[in-house]
Amino acid sequence: MPPRRFLTILLPAFAGALFVAIWIFVRASLSDDFRFLLPAPTEVLAAFRDHGDELWRATLNTAAGATLGFLAAVVVSFLLSLLLSLSPLVRVTFYPYLMLLQMTPIIVFAPILVLWVGAGLQSVTIITFLICFFPLAVNTTQGLVSTDRNLVELFQLYRATKFQEIRRLRIPAALPYFFTGLRIAATLAPIGALVGDYTAGSSAGDGGGLGFQTIIYSSQAKYPALFATAAVCCALGFIFVAGVLSLSWLSLRKWHDSYDRADT
Amino acid sequence: MSSTASSSAKNVPPAVEFRAVEKRYGAGPVILDAFSLAAAPGDFIALIGPSGCGKSTLLKLIAGLSPVTAGALLLGGRAATPERASTGDELAYVFQEPTLLPWLTVAANVALPLELRATPPDRRAELVRTALALVGLEPRAAYYPRQLSGGQKMRVSIARALVLSPQILLLDEPFGALDEMTRDRLNEELLAIRERQSWTAFFVTHSVAEAVFLSNRIVVMSANPGRLHREIRVDLPYPRTPATRRDPAYHALVDEASQLLRSVEDTVAT
Ligand SMILES: Nc1ncnc2c1ncn2[C@@H]1O[C@H](COP(=O)(O)OP(=O)(O)O)[C@@H](O)[C@H]1O
Ligand SMILES: [Mg+2]
Repeated sequence: MPPRRFLTILLPAFAGALFVAIWIFVRASLSDDFRFLLPAPTEVLAAFRDHGDELWRATLNTAAGATLGFLAAVVVSFLLSLLLSLSPLVRVTFYPYLMLLQMTPIIVFAPILVLWVGAGLQSVTIITFLICFFPLAVNTTQGLVSTDRNLVELFQLYRATKFQEIRRLRIPAALPYFFTGLRIAATLAPIGALVGDYTAGSSAGDGGGLGFQTIIYSSQAKYPALFATAAVCCALGFIFVAGVLSLSWLSLRKWHDSYDRADT
Repeated sequence: MSSTASSSAKNVPPAVEFRAVEKRYGAGPVILDAFSLAAAPGDFIALIGPSGCGKSTLLKLIAGLSPVTAGALLLGGRAATPERASTGDELAYVFQEPTLLPWLTVAANVALPLELRATPPDRRAELVRTALALVGLEPRAAYYPRQLSGGQKMRVSIARALVLSPQILLLDEPFGALDEMTRDRLNEELLAIRERQSWTAFFVTHSVAEAVFLSNRIVVMSANPGRLHREIRVDLPYPRTPATRRDPAYHALVDEASQLLRSVEDTVAT
């Protein structure tokens, strides 16, 4: 019997089946008047068929916003982290504003953004950027300043330049922290794009995303379609996280303890 | 054979010379006080003393990782100013921890000092191979540090220190975390390497036996502030082998150093 790998597929599948069973059971126990609260799995599947085209378009739009915002956050937070890692003084100078950025509720910020850059992909991208930025910047900065003191002294001893120290020591040492931030940001990016779309999306052209569809379906009381939208959001999140986990595995598996296995 | 490098050659300046060195960190207390010591080229000096007496600080001064606050420190007769600090390739440091970069292979770790000073790649490979051969780790060149035992990691650390053919080798309790068997073997290997390379060594240890086995001079330090308490000459001939550990003269020296160390540690305790 192939125990381990078999179980890792079987157990989640079983949990999923159980979930669907409970779903059907709960629905069956509702009185007819309230069945609309919880559509049947078949109804949700039907919604996928009926609204497939617009859902697919909306998914692509949301994915575009999520990807652009996420990538921008990675690049900008990385550069800022390098700057912040240079000295504690730089950190105290900028940290309060970084916090401020994180504290500003997106719901308040969205209308301002619409005013400035207009509703649509650009606003969605910026909102995703804002949501992803903080965990990335904080984790990467932490990683860049947590370098083993002995290793830093080693580099000083061999009179490494500041550039060599950053490139050959601080950045590789910060990678595990960076990936922690990246994992958090990857779960936030699709949510950020969705919230962005909900609050600052645009139906102009075919620019609407999943957030926009949420508004439409709920106003039209298309509840199965709403559930289908939720499922699509989950799938999008999974793809983001799976991408980041693969990247993390590729870069860290050879040397980092979190991937320590006897098979190396 | 470098063997016991005494002060016979008067015209050769000491490899390292402390002249009434005082050391404080910032506005803190005096860590090292009126410390004077001259190491002739080829000397193997063991530093023992109560913990906190400034042994590691002493090595950091030599390495130029921290400045002297008063007195003078000369390397090869020249002042070790902070700007000059270590001239790099003539000085190497082995820390208590292996201090390897976990994301680099063994070979890449050993190559690091060469890479930082832009040694041409073809020359680099050859030097790395030689250094790894010295510590018997050539077959592990492509391994990552986490795939090695504690003793093997320490060997890599030593290979990295030796790859630049240093004139001064600083070792700060390098084998402190290893089991006794491994430690003994590494001590023997270190002395075997010394027969092939000539460096002046400063070796901090808590083990009196290790100090006697390796060194030709043992410096016993006292604490608060750190001072040179006494020096013991170890006149056992090199090359030393496991048989040296059965020599009565060896045991007499271990006893002498132990008693001296205990007396300093007692004064600290009271
Ligand atoms: N970077 C530093 N800043 C301030 N004090 C230090 C620093 N490094 C060491 N010290 C102090 O100097 C004294 C000697 O330390 P150290 O040289 O590490 O002793 P040893 O290696 O003999 O145990 C200790 O009291 C320690 O607290
Ligand atoms: Mg120490």
